[in-house]
Amino acid sequence: MNILAFGVTREILGESSLILSAEQILTVGDLRKYLAETYPQLKNLNSLAIAVNEEYADDTLPLEDNDVIALIPPVSGG
Amino acid sequence: MEKTFKDVQLSNEPLIPEQVRNFISHPENGGQCVFIGTVRNDTKGRRVSHIDFESYAPMAIKEMDKIAANSLDKFDINHIAIHHRLGRLTIGEIPVIIAVGSAHRKAAFEACSYAIDSLKESVPIWKKEFLEDGEVWVSAFP
Repeated sequence: MNILAFGVTREILGESSLILSAEQILTVGDLRKYLAETYPQLKNLNSLAIAVNEEYADDTLPLEDNDVIALIPPVSGG
Repeated sequence: MEKTFKDVQLSNEPLIPEQVRNFISHPENGGQCVFIGTVRNDTKGRRVSHIDFESYAPMAIKEMDKIAANSLDKFDINHIAIHHRLGRLTIGEIPVIIAVGSAHRKAAFEACSYAIDSLKESVPIWKKEFLEDGEVWVSAFP
């Protein structure tokens, strides 16, 4: 699966996108756990939302290999 | 032809208030409320030099469109335009303009306030402030 990283998450990951194999990551919650273990700095954020196919997703949502996933740190538009 | 009531745009070019207002200018709109957000010169006592705005563009457009649609549902308004700028902005430049047209003023004020509050909550746009003594992703950390 392809994961896009924006704002401060891009700096924490060190890249603007990441490709992961979906074998161990079945849901958004699994992805959240994997990211927190791999990039502990993400845990310091005020919040981290995950979007799947351009919609905010909750942790129970199952992930498919061709989903477009995005890491959404606290937004600050306007 | 279907009449359009909302106009949502993300732009790398400077926003022009008169252009945004033109969208809501209509004989039935006795009230026209325009909110213009500008880059301020300080944040919590630190001088700001400039701000970089970035977005997850396709999702940002979708979320801005939802806010425009919700505003039309929730308030007695006729037209709403939401424009957001991206890229590097300096003091006094305009990152966002929201314009609402309604028959009477109250609904236009309320919808405009609702729309900017909602934009700040849900639209995937981020700003990095460049200060005299460092740089910071706004709202990222406690």
